[in-house]
Amino acid sequence: MQLIYEQSVAGRRGVRLPVSDVPAATALPDNLLRREPAALAEVSELDLVRHFTNLSRRNYSLDTNFYPLGSCTMKYNAKALENAAGLFSSFHPMTALLPGGAEFCQGSLGLLYDLGQMLADITGMDEVTTQPLAGAHGEMTGILLIAAYHAAKGNKAKKKYVVVPDSSHGTNPASAAIAGYEVITVPTAPYGDMDIELFKKAMNDEVAAVMMTCPNTLGLFNPHIQEISDIAHGHDALMYYDGANLNAIMGKVKPGDVGFDVIHVNLHKTFGTPHGGGGPGAGPVGVKKALIPFLPQPRIVMDDDGQFLLEDHNPGSIGRTANFFGNFGVMAKAYAYIIMLGREGLIRVSEQAVLNANYIKERLKAYYDLPYDTTCMHECVFSAGKQLEHGVHAIDIAKFLIDKGYHPPTVYFPLIVKEAIMIEPTETESKATLDAFIEVMIEAALAAQTNPQQLLDAPLTTPVGRLDETKAAREQNVCCIG
Amino acid sequence: MAEMFFTKEHEWVKVKEGIGAIGISDHAAHELGDITFVELPKIGKTVKQFEVLAAIESVKAASDIFSPLSGTVVKINQALEDAPEIVNESAEDAGWMVWIEITDESELKNLMTQEQYSDYLKTL
Repeated sequence: MQLIYEQSVAGRRGVRLPVSDVPAATALPDNLLRREPAALAEVSELDLVRHFTNLSRRNYSLDTNFYPLGSCTMKYNAKALENAAGLFSSFHPMTALLPGGAEFCQGSLGLLYDLGQMLADITGMDEVTTQPLAGAHGEMTGILLIAAYHAAKGNKAKKKYVVVPDSSHGTNPASAAIAGYEVITVPTAPYGDMDIELFKKAMNDEVAAVMMTCPNTLGLFNPHIQEISDIAHGHDALMYYDGANLNAIMGKVKPGDVGFDVIHVNLHKTFGTPHGGGGPGAGPVGVKKALIPFLPQPRIVMDDDGQFLLEDHNPGSIGRTANFFGNFGVMAKAYAYIIMLGREGLIRVSEQAVLNANYIKERLKAYYDLPYDTTCMHECVFSAGKQLEHGVHAIDIAKFLIDKGYHPPTVYFPLIVKEAIMIEPTETESKATLDAFIEVMIEAALAAQTNPQQLLDAPLTTPVGRLDETKAAREQNVCCIG
Repeated sequence: MAEMFFTKEHEWVKVKEGIGAIGISDHAAHELGDITFVELPKIGKTVKQFEVLAAIESVKAASDIFSPLSGTVVKINQALEDAPEIVNESAEDAGWMVWIEITDESELKNLMTQEQYSDYLKTL
């Protein structure tokens, strides 16, 4: 396929403007004028439409195919949610921040307030801020809240460490380190959860927080979670819940009920909002009562008359973490998602997500190594260890899946599983879809034994073949055309 | 040739006249796959034994490199900035990363000899 610039023909136009019959405006100063014409592609309107339509047909998305990317919860984004966000699109975000402005946007403020209340209910927290703009931003906010909590108790200098399991998302130690803490990593035990004995040894009064993902990145729910919380609290360390895997436990377990003090929620993972292409995200943060004084401002509060107000004179606050109130459009979609499904619906989401993952795990475990062979939650982690004996790596299986029309699962994460293949089907997939995917995974496993070259050569059916990832990473050459 | 000592995290150190040359083992380089970036410390940085000294990125993952001994960085392998593949090609020789001036040679007792490391690899 040609670049749009390669289709360019000098003088060709999509639109021809009529000759201007009004006098030119005052000329711009010379130093602001372009010396040469911009190097734009010169194409007809139809050339342009065809080019971008054809490009868009090469997109892979949940709207076209199954997308079992583990740990990322690539959840279907219901079209009704787009409509919900559209209802608010003509509203100016400054309105609420102008003096007396809150009065004119009660609906929007009410939506944020209610969403906070619903998320607090789902997670077992006392209050939620919707400001953070993504999951990692939520983590950073959460750790800053924890730091503020310890500082307010006069323990700023004393609290030096944050404990994370080695199965954690990389953002956990990164958030802790950026907030100024040293990270202590606790290994995973053979049963797939953080080693409780090593955890006890790692804990002391200088630990500020324990960050956990539960279920963890192996898709396993930690049965010792209450005990871990109790030990942490015994050292006045707070429990941080990475909400990346909340999809597995909605309506079943409230993190706040098992001792977590702070949580971030990835709305794009659990509440049906889109994963942006680096675009708008949302990572609301919930806290227990003791941390409310430190929440970002302005907080949306409700007065006795049911009016929503902005409160921004709290001296303990860590300050603003985002402009306005976070990415409002994302909030509107998550709000609609929760309202549409209701309590029973959210419970069914988690049940179906867990059932689907276990179905895949059981049907594929004869073909792929399953390092932690136990009931999983919303995702399952295989290893391509068996295939490696034939010279086939996880990446080759991933490329083979592309040839068969599937987005590959996550590979090489979590880091503690060699040649990891991490599959998360989510709740919206039918048994027929899962079966079709399973058949292709079995085909890949059999091909690894009988014709490994087929996997090493894949993909063959895509616009470009196997890309040289090493060369791309080593010899970066990023530039603008024109 | 100076004797090599290894950590459980697969770093090696060769000691000569108070200076320790540090890198990662052939095993580690192989496990990481194609290495795409090595982040080296600044000269003058001081590290304690088993603290983070450098970082390495491969097509598969990013990993910390821990210092086998306490000391002060006196030299870094600049060649790795443009050619990180040297670590894949020669992890235990030309792919060295850092020289440190060793603070306390008695810390060597916390490390494995070549033979012990070979045995350790068999247990993984």
